[in-house]
Amino acid sequence: MQMNRKVGAYAAALSVLTAFMSSPAWSDWQLNMPQGVTTISREVYDLHMLILWVCVIIGIGVFSAMIVAIVKFRKDAGVQAAKFSHNTLVEVVWTAIPAVILIALAVPAAETLVRMEDTTESELTVKVTGYQWLWHYDYIDDGVSFFSILDRESNAARRLRSGIDPATVENYLLEVDNPLVVPVDTKVRLLITSADVLHAWWVPAFAVKKDAIPGYINEAWFHATEVGTYRGQCAELCGRDHGYMPIVVNVVSREEFDDWLAENRRPAVTQAD
Amino acid sequence: MSTTAIDVHAGHHPKGVLPWIMRWITTTNHKDIGTLYLTFGLLMFFIGGVMALVIRAELFQPGLQFVEPHFFNQMTTVHALIMIFGGIMPAFAGFANWMIPMMIGAPDMALPRLNNWSFWLLPFATALLLITFFMPGGASASGWTMYPPLSLQTGAALPFSIFAIHLLGLSSIMASINIIVTVLNMRAPGMSLMKMPMFVWTWLITAYLMLLAMPVLAGAVTMLLTDQFFGTSFFTASGGGDPVMYQHIFWFFGHPEVYIIILPAFGIVSQVIPAFSRKPLFGYAAMVYATAAIAFLSLIVWAHHMFTVGMPLAGQLFFMLTTMLIAIPTGVKVFNWTATMWRGSMTFETPMLFAIGFLFMFTIGGFSGLMVAIVPADFQYHDSYFVVAHFHYVLVPGALFGAFAGAYYWLPKWTGHMYDERLGKLHFWLSTIFVNITFFPQHFLGLAGMPRRIPDYAVQFADFNMISSIGAFGFGLAQLIFVWLVIKAVRGGPQAPAKPWEGAEGLEWTVPSPAPHHTFDTPPVIK
Repeated sequence: MQMNRKVGAYAAALSVLTAFMSSPAWSDWQLNMPQGVTTISREVYDLHMLILWVCVIIGIGVFSAMIVAIVKFRKDAGVQAAKFSHNTLVEVVWTAIPAVILIALAVPAAETLVRMEDTTESELTVKVTGYQWLWHYDYIDDGVSFFSILDRESNAARRLRSGIDPATVENYLLEVDNPLVVPVDTKVRLLITSADVLHAWWVPAFAVKKDAIPGYINEAWFHATEVGTYRGQCAELCGRDHGYMPIVVNVVSREEFDDWLAENRRPAVTQAD
Repeated sequence: MSTTAIDVHAGHHPKGVLPWIMRWITTTNHKDIGTLYLTFGLLMFFIGGVMALVIRAELFQPGLQFVEPHFFNQMTTVHALIMIFGGIMPAFAGFANWMIPMMIGAPDMALPRLNNWSFWLLPFATALLLITFFMPGGASASGWTMYPPLSLQTGAALPFSIFAIHLLGLSSIMASINIIVTVLNMRAPGMSLMKMPMFVWTWLITAYLMLLAMPVLAGAVTMLLTDQFFGTSFFTASGGGDPVMYQHIFWFFGHPEVYIIILPAFGIVSQVIPAFSRKPLFGYAAMVYATAAIAFLSLIVWAHHMFTVGMPLAGQLFFMLTTMLIAIPTGVKVFNWTATMWRGSMTFETPMLFAIGFLFMFTIGGFSGLMVAIVPADFQYHDSYFVVAHFHYVLVPGALFGAFAGAYYWLPKWTGHMYDERLGKLHFWLSTIFVNITFFPQHFLGLAGMPRRIPDYAVQFADFNMISSIGAFGFGLAQLIFVWLVIKAVRGGPQAPAKPWEGAEGLEWTVPSPAPHHTFDTPPVIK
């Protein structure tokens, strides 16, 4: 009986484990922040790792002290409690050291922040407008503008009990009909606003997250150094379909971008030329 | 004479159902009201918990299996409101009611009728909040922060939710006034402020924070109400208003609120760790100053919840630096608790287990708190599951474990019976294992780019969501052990002595267990 129960427990654990392992996404599971493909995103990643390691090192110190105390100073080991209740020197030291560490962290963080906020000398400006529940992109100097909405396949699969396995849909919930297209090695400035409620434009690979707020025009920028397709999502709760307004950015070569621009230029603008 | 004696205790053991109900409705006794608060908090903890499990059930797999996105949003919104205003705050108010008069040698709270009222507003307020589920458009679904313009799209639920928040705030304000007045006026002769137990100190400071913060929340939601129904446009851009102003006002309440939740837990842990280390609290004065420093800083860091709204650079730097400063007094607290254990003579009964669990896991939440203070990195963490993991570490194995530590510590005093230690330890270990299975993977989800408050997700997030959901169900089930244990302890069990814990200090242990209906009718002598 006992044996059976044990075997049963192992079998259950094993089946749960295989369920995880067989899941199609296991191969690309990710534990950490992406380094991204912009100069700023790499700086942000470095800051993240710096603060993470600082926390890990302090954590090892503090947790070891706690564990040593728990292991050593036990009543059942016959330890008599000491009587001390304070120690001014120690208390001053462990107030001062964290202060120094914090300053050491704040300086590089502030430097990166200053660079992130510098939107000058951009070569391309795109106005991004959030709607419930899609994005609109307007290349304001080039006469190209379009809406960008969750692609049909994801949209069908995402319905309640749709019967479509999300794993069979390519880039489930992270695909749009019309992606934002930008040239590589170019400082792209975004002017972000909203036509209804709050949204937030977030692409982790660029380390850009900025709220889209009605009545405000927020600025953000990125300078992608690698060609590719980068995906993100709306990050500010915006109602029923908040989970269904992805962002896709195609970073392409300069020539490809010019061709794309020429193809998509509005007829009205061509007439005006 | 004998009739007088019966009258005194008539409120205590009434016969019949109606007198029994009336006794609880009309009671002005701090212990009765404490019990009401604690029971109510526990009930709400389960209601909010069921909502959390609906969320985790939907997130078990990619795709929508159980609920529509709009209902999912109602779950995330009301889960938070119920847990904060119905669960954790009333639970700590229960501790305050039961313990503060006994710890300072007072016969009761200073304002007993106000005390009754501040409790009895709660069931009506939460009922008002919960019935909105059955209204056209369902309950509020714009997140517990109720940011406009989205919150102005709420259906019939909006005015009811706002009125519920008003009532909850009113209850908190009255409770905090009562606590401040009690602590400042009713201490036994000889108990100076700097001789007060740490739990009383943390509650005194919490009460001031509540008094400062709750009216601000009331103001914010009232402006939502007038924007929706009376033609104002405080937060409507098209009418000249400012949606970001709501966030500033809300978080001016919201950040102190975080400390309103955690400071009483700090107080409980500061009672429990010395008791089971058989050694006085290390650096008592530093602990008091650290608590006050945290409370002060909590008033000047609010905009770190909104780094992505596009604040000026100087504003972002200011809020980053002040937020980082909080790490210093918080660090002092953690170091002092550790130093209290150092060279003590420790035993590990359930209250101590929960206090140590608090110490480890609250520290993890503190570390991720430091991380989210770093603005450039916060642009990646903000509104992702990393933040969800962060604040749940602070609230669940932080505040909630603090509450459990206190409940086990004082349960013998409340019920007169020792609880079942084996069940208590089982509750602790299962809770600790499952809380980590639930929330630790959420750090990874957030870093990998999963936004919060979404009912469905891309398939690369599937594994950690599944793990997290399994943990959540395990954690939820483990809490039933606590309910069973409390019922057992109320109904019977070994008789508890006046001081069941060898190393415990304080006036509450000088009265018999269970504590008589009236204690300290004449003030005790404090050496």
